[in-house]
Amino acid sequence: MQNISRADIEDFLFAEADLLDEWRLPEWLELFTEDAIYYVPSTDVAPDSSPDKTLFYVADDRFRLSERVKRLMKRTAHAEFPHSRTRHLVSNVRIRNRSEAELEVGSSFITYRTKDGITDTYFGSNRYRIVVENGRLRIKEKRCLLDSDGLRTQGRVSIIL
Amino acid sequence: MNAFERMNTALMVDEAKQIFKVSRQAFVDPDILAAERSRIFDKCWLYLGHSSEVPKPGDFVTRQVGGRNILFARDAKGALRAMLNTCPHRGAQVCREKHGNAKSFQCFYHGWVFGLDGALRSQPGEASYAPDFKERSTSNLQQVARFEGYRDFNFVCFDKNAESLDNYLGAVKEYLDVIADQAEAGMTIVGGTQEYSMRANWKLLTENSIDGYHALTTHATYFDYLKATNGGLAPVPLEGAARDLGNGHAVLEYKAPWGRPVAQWIPMWGEDGKKEIDRLYQDLVKRHGEERAKRIALFNRNLFVFPNLVVNDIMAVTVRTYYPVAPDFMNISAWALAPKEETDWARKYRLYNFLEFLGPGGFATPDDVEALEQCQRGFRNSAEAQWNDISKGMGKPVPAYDDELQMRAFWSNWNRHVFQTSI
Ligand code: FES
Ligand SMILES: [Fe+2]
Repeated sequence: MQNISRADIEDFLFAEADLLDEWRLPEWLELFTEDAIYYVPSTDVAPDSSPDKTLFYVADDRFRLSERVKRLMKRTAHAEFPHSRTRHLVSNVRIRNRSEAELEVGSSFITYRTKDGITDTYFGSNRYRIVVENGRLRIKEKRCLLDSDGLRTQGRVSIIL
Repeated sequence: MNAFERMNTALMVDEAKQIFKVSRQAFVDPDILAAERSRIFDKCWLYLGHSSEVPKPGDFVTRQVGGRNILFARDAKGALRAMLNTCPHRGAQVCREKHGNAKSFQCFYHGWVFGLDGALRSQPGEASYAPDFKERSTSNLQQVARFEGYRDFNFVCFDKNAESLDNYLGAVKEYLDVIADQAEAGMTIVGGTQEYSMRANWKLLTENSIDGYHALTTHATYFDYLKATNGGLAPVPLEGAARDLGNGHAVLEYKAPWGRPVAQWIPMWGEDGKKEIDRLYQDLVKRHGEERAKRIALFNRNLFVFPNLVVNDIMAVTVRTYYPVAPDFMNISAWALAPKEETDWARKYRLYNFLEFLGPGGFATPDDVEALEQCQRGFRNSAEAQWNDISKGMGKPVPAYDDELQMRAFWSNWNRHVFQTSI
């Protein structure tokens, strides 16, 4: 992992954001390893809490994440039908730690979601663990730490942050 | 005269013809919200918190209940306290943290210090006050007018003349017993609060929380998900009954195919899980006998306590309460409740069950949010399209879990309060 630069990581995260905003979720899912996890903890617990012990908003293993993607592509996922429009802004990207096997990456995000004339804003930081598989960057863990007071006033995280 | 003052009921009821309609005015009219505040939230028992949230002396949480800011604390002697979080001096909110442990509470504005029981301990410049100032009860943090609990569920009431909590809960108590009895060492709130909101009238969530009718359409993708899991479903059909518990309270009690950490096994949990679930079930039989064990373990309960507490004992146990901010906006708080003695295995599956279905990031609740917000949008046409229909199951001697008896129980009591009449 020694030769990967912040620019490489930024390109990767910006491409991830585009896939989400274009609702190309099956392709987005391919960015994750087979043992990947995607977490959105509740906002009154420590950032490194475990979903085995405390209540989260989202705690997906790869199976549940793939089911989340399948669900969001259906007309019967009522919260996202018709699909909302979103814009994921990613900044403050930093490689926080580098080992032989993986990178720990931090970033900040602001995501806007518009549906039915109402725009909600989600903001916070992302913590990624990123590995290389077959010469490509892959996400092993994505943990979204919301800075808001719970989900008031957004009411839901029906999109992927 | 406004529209509300001209109304003397929001219901259109004819038992013989099986008609039960609710005026959509009840979801949009600010005067109705004002009446709800003074006639429901100022008069009824409201859920404050669970004893397990403040286990040790000095533990506290701050919370909004019925529009008030409440400080819920355990004092030095171990007694629970519910105090108005407002300085008796000149009004500042005294405790500004959401939860924690304290030796005392200090108002930062002029520095008054209160004990865990709310008594004024000291204030800067004491010599400038009357000699008996500290002995006056008006110098202390004010206790909420009424504060009582049942099986660790603690409630407040702002009407000092209200009936006892025991009377108020009535038939609800038996269901709280069934839920609490799944634990031997008592139930506990698991860390992590789901706090969210909806752009919808608060009563839509009352209806939705006890609505067995919407599951298959609104939550189609959740059932798709369970089918996709390897062994996520038990061969148990959805069936059961709805009961009116009086005082506006209601319950659905039914069987369902999902796994219950106490105690309905699903193949996904494997052989180890089966051992664990069998052990939990045998413990229940030992403590409560076969019949009650079966009821605790294999039946689900969506319990509604008027006006705004939901305790759903389903694939996990959730405690949920919600308040109107405006006719078309509410804030919601939800917690997970679990047996204290539960193993790590059961706790993990409980929490996974919870967030797969429940909560604003789950596979179900976002669609409830969408449904309720769409209802609120629909009510923009309420000048012309005036009525909601909740007559399903009116002709049956025992309405089913997916009928609307429980909503009629809620609305009848709501109407009695708001219009101070009986229907
Ligand atoms: S307002 Fe609290 S000390 Fe003055
Ligand atoms: Fe629902």
